[in-house]
Order: sequence, then structure tokens, then C-alpha cells
Amino acid sequence: MANKVGARIKRKEDPRLLTGNGYFSDDIQLPGMLHAAILRSPHAHAMIKSINVEKALEAPGVVAIYTGKDLEGKIGRIPSSWLIPGSNLKEAPQYPLAIDRVRYVGDGVVLVIAEDRYGVRDVLDLIEVDYELLPVSVRQKEAMQGNAPLVHDDIENNIAFHWKAGEVPDEEIENAEVVVRESFNVQRVAPSPIETRAAIGQYNPGNGELTLWCTSQNPHIHRMVLSEVLNISEAKLRVIAPDIGGGFGGKIGVYPDEALIGYAARDLKQPVKWIEERNEHFSAANHGRDEIIDVELAGTRDGKLTAIRVKNTANMGAYLSTFGPGVPTIDFGLMITGAYDIPKAACETFGVYTNTTPTDAYRGAGKPESTYQIERMIDLFAREIGMDPVEFRRKNFAKKEDFPYTNAQGLVYDSGDYEKPLNKALEILDYKKLRAEQEALRKEGKLIGIGFSTYVELCGFGPSAVAGAIGFQGGVWENATIRVHPSGKVTVFSGTSPHGQGHNTTFSQVVSDKLGIPLEDIEFVFSDTKAVSMGWGTYGSRSVAVGGGAISIAADRIIEKAKKIAAHELETSVEDIDFEDGVFKISGVPGMERKFVDIAKSANYAWNLPEGVEPALEAQAFFDPENFVYPFGTHIVVAEVDKDTGQIELKRYVAVDDVGRVINPLTSEGQVHGGIAQGVGQAMWEGIVYSDQGQLLSGSFMDYTMPKARFFPTIETAFTETLSPVNQLGAKGIGETGTTASIAAVMNAVVDALQPYGVTDVEMPLTPEKIWNIIQTGGENNDTI
Amino acid sequence: MEEVNVTVKINGKERSAKVEPRMLLTHFIRDGLSLTGTHIGCDTSQCGSCSVMVDGHVVKSCTLLAVQVDGSEIITVEGLGTVENLHPMQKAFWEEHGLQCGYCTPGVMMAAIGLLQENPEPSDEEIREGLEGVICRCTGYQFIVSAVKHAAKLMAAENQVVGEGR
Ligand code: FES
Ligand code: FES
Repeated sequence: MANKVGARIKRKEDPRLLTGNGYFSDDIQLPGMLHAAILRSPHAHAMIKSINVEKALEAPGVVAIYTGKDLEGKIGRIPSSWLIPGSNLKEAPQYPLAIDRVRYVGDGVVLVIAEDRYGVRDVLDLIEVDYELLPVSVRQKEAMQGNAPLVHDDIENNIAFHWKAGEVPDEEIENAEVVVRESFNVQRVAPSPIETRAAIGQYNPGNGELTLWCTSQNPHIHRMVLSEVLNISEAKLRVIAPDIGGGFGGKIGVYPDEALIGYAARDLKQPVKWIEERNEHFSAANHGRDEIIDVELAGTRDGKLTAIRVKNTANMGAYLSTFGPGVPTIDFGLMITGAYDIPKAACETFGVYTNTTPTDAYRGAGKPESTYQIERMIDLFAREIGMDPVEFRRKNFAKKEDFPYTNAQGLVYDSGDYEKPLNKALEILDYKKLRAEQEALRKEGKLIGIGFSTYVELCGFGPSAVAGAIGFQGGVWENATIRVHPSGKVTVFSGTSPHGQGHNTTFSQVVSDKLGIPLEDIEFVFSDTKAVSMGWGTYGSRSVAVGGGAISIAADRIIEKAKKIAAHELETSVEDIDFEDGVFKISGVPGMERKFVDIAKSANYAWNLPEGVEPALEAQAFFDPENFVYPFGTHIVVAEVDKDTGQIELKRYVAVDDVGRVINPLTSEGQVHGGIAQGVGQAMWEGIVYSDQGQLLSGSFMDYTMPKARFFPTIETAFTETLSPVNQLGAKGIGETGTTASIAAVMNAVVDALQPYGVTDVEMPLTPEKIWNIIQTGGENNDTI
Repeated sequence: MEEVNVTVKINGKERSAKVEPRMLLTHFIRDGLSLTGTHIGCDTSQCGSCSVMVDGHVVKSCTLLAVQVDGSEIITVEGLGTVENLHPMQKAFWEEHGLQCGYCTPGVMMAAIGLLQENPEPSDEEIREGLEGVICRCTGYQFIVSAVKHAAKLMAAENQVVGEGR
């Protein structure tokens, strides 16, 4: 029975999902349920001169219409939850509906509630809003100029915050033997889960309880924030995340829309359902990235790096989202040295308001961006001094013997051995042979490139004291309760909140090994604030490292108590009891034993308990880890560029990740594949595009290129295991590794392929048109298209 | 708006409902007939999450009106198999880990059944091309491809679409 951890086990959650028995938000039908729709601004920036709802109110089936003015004083503002200290952060108030001014295409203006799902959309067409257009700021660097239109009148130069970490004096850069400078644009992308957002509110006037089902990655954070926004006690607000069709960061934010639905349900005393449409999702759900990163990397001619200086100008959109400010600062700025031992580092970040949709964390949150800039710079530097990119990486890696390793920004990496996955990846690829082939193909005029990304990322949020120190308005510990039923079967309550990762299976593996009971005897409860006392949700690859840690500790507490009962029944002392494979034994005395199920029954019947031991077998643990975890690895891409069409074909993709203990290789590989698809998506095809007037030009899957099956080669994955010392499981995090690593690997491969044209950088995404232009102009246009 | 009666045979059972003529097939199935396994992901016929089988052909149910299928035979994910008795496609997706959040999955499996009807022994490349009409944001497709390949083997043995679902 033991050793479920590490086994390739099929997911427990699947039969239900595969047979149409999933329970997603839109599947919820309640008696008397009304439907909501939100009229959104078609303009990037305008004054609302008047709103006429007269005709709309007469439409059949209309129940209520609310404007921003109607809600003034009734719903609070939607706060940001990451107020970066020392950054002079200016949070512009965001109300659930715009009151007198809209600030981006998609800004909510009017909420309509009607009886019918189709009818409510008809009503939107009957509302007349008189707008007076205002000048717009769309791109962050322009928005910071003195004469740029202001998104919020009292926020000078549209600067939401200015944050700095580390210092690198000018002379460190100026006097260095070699300095490489480059500027990268990490374009805006859309997390795009296939299930859009949704909220369903139900109010019980009898006891004043408001239940809100919503697409949340962290229902307890939603409860915490919304109880304040809606002025309702946390005890009376129940937030439930049912099955969630993907999140990727797009569902961690607390949005105006959820507050509106909760408010309307309470106000009307009738259930209200809101299902976001896809085009609405593109304009109103948070985007990711949108950072312009200027880097200077200094070192010696023989290849030792000495200093890095980075400036990040981040487009925050019109308001600061829940996690938004932390992404280009803490998440990005403290990781700029990547896997390398660079003694001096400095990062400066400007967060800028613009007339665009707010940005927030997107898979990897800051780490894909930091990895992208350092990995691109590493290649540029190696090329500048004529060193092989692999040799150059090795030379500058933080060394195995230096762990726990403190980087120049003061982060302490828990454990690491960066050569290990690199070597394995090179072996899988047969690197030497491949370089020779590349040489030969180049002579034939073919454009083949090999691209590396040797990443490390900060995951597993984390120590709560650190969260406090960096301005996060909450804790980041995790909670688990294990309840053992009289039958010996258990229910585990976890504060994490899965949305496709397969927690039920991986966590069951952990519990099964710990308690020595079969996987089938273990059930999980997640994502319901009434059932689970507290928790901080699933994002930042924290579930296994922090949530799994809590589960482990709770299991230990169960065993500890069960041992006391077993010892009492076997008439021996607790010290003499051994627990193995679900059996409590007196060491060295055969036959003297009690099974886990026996003790479950004894504890619950409580006929004969040792003195001082309370009935029942249940334990709770609150785990606040002492440090983050730092997964790492190497991804290598081989790409071919078609000279005639500018098309890029990925020929090989090798991913070797080290995420500490791998609980389930099957689901882990799945996470890696999915993560890679999202990173490759950013590098090659995806991009939110705004016109200069702030019009959203990519508002559906017709004009936003989502990766499809035929875009990818078979991904060759492998793992190495360097355990983390900061949790019982030795586990790190895996959800984001693929995204973090892949962007740089693809970009390095394509720039390598274009070497014959002297190309040093290409902007993402790698559209064929862009590449074709580079080839046509012999590389002259490489950075400007 | 005046309602019209639509009658279909869905997953082997005859069902009728009164609908507005503009109602999409997908809403008819989900809200009208309470079969919520079929999902909506895009509203523009790109994602394939809403794929069902109408008279033996895989269609995106967000591109048809309910009134257009009056008198037709429809199979949805609920008509494939049950938890106790999975359809070979469902079994293959389970065994090969072809799903994560599971939101796109019912539609993806329908598309895959359509693909295998036309080409019972597809290569990896043919599967990847055959899935052009579906988007999955979670899996990176690799395990979906393995699942479809595995299903091809399992289905060759059984050769039937409707299981004993709801
Ligand atoms: S909802 Fe029908 S194809 Fe996306
Ligand atoms: S499994 Fe989540 S979208 Fe496909």
C-alpha cells in the first residue's frame, strides 16, 4: 500500500468529468433564478454625461437596472491586495460600476437583471449612454511622459508606483570589460481559460446568509475582500468555487462583477446568475504581462558575470488589480539574476496606469518575464564573447555547494543543483551531434536554431511574515483538516482550491502513504468557505508545497493520537507502538496490533479511551513554511525558420524539470505540457492588441491566436529530484515551470536560427510576417517591427 | 417572442421543449434539456467545447439553432458512457490523462469520435490536424493526442458510439 507518492496514478476526478457530471458555474440552476448582464464601455476613456434607462426599464422581463450612481455608498470600492511598501503606491479608487468616467474598453457601466438569459442581453441594447470622449493613454512609456493624458486626474504622470531593489553604481557597468544592453517587450496576453468567469448569488433573507458561487482560484480571499466590499460578516458570506474550467491567474483577482452579483442577489432577494461571454472576457477579465524590460548585463571577457541592472516599465491598466502590483516588482525584480551567481543586481520598476484592462498575475507571474530577460541576455553575452551558451551558463550558475544560496537581491534559494537537469537535457538532445547537424544544414541554407532556458523560479507562497513585509494584504500559510470517520474512511478539508491540477489525486497519494489506507477511502473537500475554515487558494505553484505540507502535518497529528489509543488498547506505552502500512504494532511482539480502521472506530465510539484523550479522530494543521521553494530546470528548443514564408516550426522540445519530490509523474507531466503550451503561445502567437485610441483589436478567439494541437511537436519531458528542505514532502511547485522556461527557450532558438542575418533580438510574438520581413531586409529590421 | 416546439431524440430518448426560435442548440441542450455536460467556451465557433453529434455528424452546437435540429438524433457526452461503464473514448482519456480542468473535454471527445469515424487509424500528425476545431488551454494537447490514439485501438474493437448514458 505504501509508496503511492511517486507513482503514476490515474486521476480520481476524471470519471466524473468525462461523463458530463462536472458541476461548473453555468450548470447551477436555482429556483427563481434571474440573469444578469453588464453594459460595458465601448470607449477607452470618456466622461459619462448621462445614462438613459427609461426604455430599458419597460422591456419585458426586466427586474432591475443599476448604474454606478445608484450603487454609490452601497458597495465599497474594489481594493488591490498587494500594496508594495516603499513604492509610493497610489491606488486609484475602483468602484463596481463607473460613476462618471470610464477608463477602459470593458469598464462596467450599467448592471441589468432580467428574467431571461437572452432577454437580459436585449435590454442592454435599449440603454442609452451619452459619452464625451477624452484623450487616451495606452502604452506605458508614453503614458509616463509629462504631457500624456491622465487616467486618474490626481495621479501625476500616470505613475501608480515606483519601486527599487538593489543597487548597481554606474561605474560597475561603465567600467566593465563587456556590457550587453537590450530592451524586451513582453507583450500583453490573455490567460484565457476555456470556461469564462461567472458568478451566481443567492441570498437567504431568513438568516441573512449570502452564498456566492464564483469562478475563483481562492474563495477565501474572495470572501475576505467581498465581505468588506459588500459590508457583510464573513460568517454570513459563503463563497463556493464549484468545478472551475481553468484559471491560470485569470481567476485569482476579486472583480467588480462578483461584488455586483452578490449585491443584486441580496438586494432583490432572488438568485442572480452572471455568465461572462468570451468577448467580455477579453475586455473585462484581467490580462497578463505587458512589460517593457530594459537590461544591462556586465561581465568579464572570459565570461564571468559581475552585475545586472534592469528597468521594468509595467502597464497596470486602468486600475490596480488584486495581485497586480506584486508581479513586476517582487515576483519579477527579485528574480532578475535567474540561476546565476551575479554579485550585483538592481531592479527598478514603474507601474503605470493606462486606459486599458487591468493586468494581474498570469501563469508564472513575473518569473516568465524575469527568466525571459536573463536567459535572452545570457545568450547575447555568450555570443558577444564568443563562448558556447552552455559553457557560459555553467560558468555562471550558482554552485551546488552554495545552497541554500542567497541571490544578490537577498532571496534565499532553498535547494538546487542546476547542472543536473542541464546535463540530462543535453543528453536527451545529443547536443554535440545536433550542433554539428546545425552547421551542416546552415551550409545548405537552412535556418535551424537551438535555444536554451535554464530557469529557477520563486514558488510556493510562502512565509506569511514575508508576505507582510512585501505588502501583501493577507497571509500565505495553508490549512488542512483530516476527519477520520468511524468506518476508517477519511475526509480531508484543504484551503487550496484546484481548477484542473488534480489535487484530489496527488493529495490522496500523500494521505494514503501517511495513513496506510487505500486511495478510494480518501475524499477531499476544497473551495467552500463554509466547509473549509480558512485557506489562501491555488496560485503561484503553492498547493503541494504549502497545502501538501499542511496535509502531511495533519496526518502526523492523526497518527500521534491514534497511537495513544492503540497503546491503551494493547496495554503498552506509546513509545512501544510502531505504525506502518496502516497497522499499529507493538514492536517485536507479533500479533499485538490494531489496524487503522480499528482505531478509527474506537476513537469515534469512545467506549474505552485512554485518560485525557478526547473522542473522535480529527486533526487540523496550519502550515506556514519558513521559506519559498525554488524549482529549476533546463528546457531546450530546436526550431526551424522557413526562409520563404517566415513560418517557424518547432522541431524538438526537451524539458527537464526539477520540482523536488514528484508526487505523481503523470499529472506532473501534464502540468509541464500545459505550461509549455502557454509559454510557447506567448512567444509565437498570442497577443492582446490595442489601437492607439485604446480600442481592443483582439476581442475573440478569431483574432487572438490560441495555440492548437498541430502547433506543437511531441514534448520530451524528464525530471531530476532535488528535494526542498522547507516542507515535509520535499516538494517544490510545478504548475508554472513550463511557462517560465519556455518563452526564453523558443526565443533563443529563433534568434539562433536567424544568426546568419546578424539578428540579436526579435519581438514577441513571432509572427511569420515579422520573421519574413527580417529575412527580406537581411536582418536590418529585426528590432523595430 | 413566440415559442416553438422542438422535438429531438437525444441519447436515445425522445425529448421535447418549447423554445424561442433564436435559441442556440447548445442552450437548448444545457438549459432546456438539463444536459450540462456540453459546454460553451467561446461564442464564436472556435473552441469546440460545445461539440455534439447530430444525425451522425459532429457539429458545434453553438453554431446551430435548436429549431434547425427538430426531428434529429443527437448524442452528447452524457450519451457516451457512465462512470461505471465508460465509453472507450472516455476510458482512453482517463488512462492517458487527456484532461485537466475537464471543461473542454466533452467537446474534445466528441470531435475525436468524429475524427475516428473518418479515419479509424490516424497518425499523431493526423490527430493533431484533426483537432483543428478544438481549443484546450490546460493540457498542451500531448496527452489528448495519446488518448485519441489509444481510443482508436479500443474503439476498433467495439465500433459503436452510444453507450448507456443518460
Ligand atoms: S462554444 Fe461552440 S465552438 Fe466554442
Ligand atoms: S482540460 Fe481544461 S481546457 Fe481542456
